[in-house]
Amino acid sequence: MGDNGKLLSVENISTHFFTEDGVAQAVQDVSFSIKNGKTFALVGESGCGKSVTALSIMRLIAGPQGKIVSGKIVFDGKNLLDLKEKQMRNIRGNKIAMIFQEPMTSLNPVYTVGNQIVEAIRLHQKKGHEQAWADTVEMLHKVGIPDPERRVSEYPHQMSGGMRQRVMIAMAVSCQPKLLIADEPTTALDVTIQAQILDLLDKLQEQNGMSILLITHDLGVVAERADDVAVMYASRIVEVAESKFLFEKPLHPYTQGLLRSLPRLGISAKRLQTIAGTVPDPLHFPTGCKFHPRCPIGNSDKRCQSIEPGLRQVCDGRCVACWYAPGYKTEQEKKNTN
Amino acid sequence: MANTNSYLLKVDDLKTWFPVRKGLMRKTVGYVKAVNGVSFAIKGGETLGLVGESGCGKTTVARSIVRLVPATAGEVIFEGTDVLSADKKRLRQIRKDISIIFQDPYGSLNPRMTVGDIIGEPLKVQKGIRGSELDQQVAMLLSKVGLAPEYINRYPHEFSGGQRQRIGVARALALRPKLVICDEPVSALDVSIQSQILNLLKDLQDEFGLTYLFIAHDLAVVEFFCDVVAVMYMGRIVEQADSQELYHNPLHPYTKALMSAIPEVDPKLRGKRQRLSGEVPSIMNPPPGCPFHPRCPLAEKVCEAVEQKLEEINGKRHLVACWKSREH
Repeated sequence: MGDNGKLLSVENISTHFFTEDGVAQAVQDVSFSIKNGKTFALVGESGCGKSVTALSIMRLIAGPQGKIVSGKIVFDGKNLLDLKEKQMRNIRGNKIAMIFQEPMTSLNPVYTVGNQIVEAIRLHQKKGHEQAWADTVEMLHKVGIPDPERRVSEYPHQMSGGMRQRVMIAMAVSCQPKLLIADEPTTALDVTIQAQILDLLDKLQEQNGMSILLITHDLGVVAERADDVAVMYASRIVEVAESKFLFEKPLHPYTQGLLRSLPRLGISAKRLQTIAGTVPDPLHFPTGCKFHPRCPIGNSDKRCQSIEPGLRQVCDGRCVACWYAPGYKTEQEKKNTN
Repeated sequence: MANTNSYLLKVDDLKTWFPVRKGLMRKTVGYVKAVNGVSFAIKGGETLGLVGESGCGKTTVARSIVRLVPATAGEVIFEGTDVLSADKKRLRQIRKDISIIFQDPYGSLNPRMTVGDIIGEPLKVQKGIRGSELDQQVAMLLSKVGLAPEYINRYPHEFSGGQRQRIGVARALALRPKLVICDEPVSALDVSIQSQILNLLKDLQDEFGLTYLFIAHDLAVVEFFCDVVAVMYMGRIVEQADSQELYHNPLHPYTKALMSAIPEVDPKLRGKRQRLSGEVPSIMNPPPGCPFHPRCPLAEKVCEAVEQKLEEINGKRHLVACWKSREH
């Protein structure tokens, strides 16, 4: 088992894509760890690198353009990046499973849902077809699909979006994974269905004791479900905290801006607060802190414009990457104060 | 605006049914009642929000109003004329006054046209403006939506999602419409961009006195943006009220559940919510009686038998279609 109840720790991972137009640094120096049985959320806007981080953990970065250029991914005491492809295949879908955003496109339309789940079970467990089929029916029942005996022989197109996402979840948890990576699992669904699916994930987590890496752009979902949160901006993590602290007192100006720009029920305002500008293009990142052109402090500050702040611990378990966050000190400054 | 107190658009008992055809002779075997008796009215300069989950018919309402899909029955009165029975010539005029902003900023801009062509097309077609005057007007529109006029010769792929949506807004405003139908204008955008576009739409409303029909699935966005909100479920409006009243005093069990399902950005509120069981029934064979009864926590025998009409309950412009919520 991992140390200190940690199931997965990602250490200084950088993933780059070598394109014709230059190197896109999709993930830069990202570190975080997920505790046993907890939900860790990775939140950020589109293109910030959260999905690439997930794919890096699964080692599903498509070469030759994409490459994990540095770092370590320690899962259950082993560095996944040292494993041979065959060993990795043993972990993928077995100990680490993943569900995707689009329940429409991530199921194969020409096989029944039963066949697809049976395939996953038999790939990783020594079970006969009949046993695996029975397990599949039970899994479908567990994820709340009504009439599973009949539904198991249906094709994906015969099901609604919510049902398909349930099938995906059934497939993902069929081998009792220790870690479930959920990449925007409810973005394509309506709110009432989203609530049902998130409840289901909670229930399964309670039963199996698995950890969940929840990737989302929806801060509301994070506030409701996650134990810990990392906020990503332009390929880097800018803030990590327990979610109750993050929403109470966000430290990074980007997190603050995001929370302020959300319209909230019951709070009437004439205008919404905004973050000026747009997310930078990964081929042409600004110098210094990547948020400085949009930051109320950083856009006129020399240090922010020239030197990028690293992610540092500022107080009890909270990390932030901003020169102006309270308690943020460089190694040099720390030495001086001691 | 001159007549802020009168209704600019009045939709009365609008029905849009799509026939379901089967067999060799393509016989009509039934109807998908996408919009089934929807009525509402928007005052000049106001914003009416239409909310509901996917498939509830909100987009079909929008399309029926401008006759992009033929309505089956009902009336759409825009500035005193019935849009649904207007002849070609009149319809063309009406379409000058009603424009649409679409959801998908990627799919709704022709990738082979420059920004200038896209924004200028309605001006060319409807007003016959050409040459330097056209360029001037397009440049003016671009700056109104916060884009540099130099972008006029660029193509849509050179822009981010938020910028594209600004182009869509500029196109919708080109003919100085009175009514703008916004069909999920921000749901494809990131949070930080979403707030920029919502503010832009508010500013433009103040500047040009626009009236909006705002369609969205996100109640928080609608509550912020709209004066009046109508909640749709399976082709019908189940509740309608001023947005503050609706938020503070939701009456229909569906509205309550919808509000409760929205994840709040406050971890303290965790686990305090009401869940809806089941899914939206197929619109091909809707349940009898109140369409919401199979999922409703309050449903009784009478709900299965009789469908409720939308009726005003407390004299505060608050309309609801539910027995139970009228009891107290």
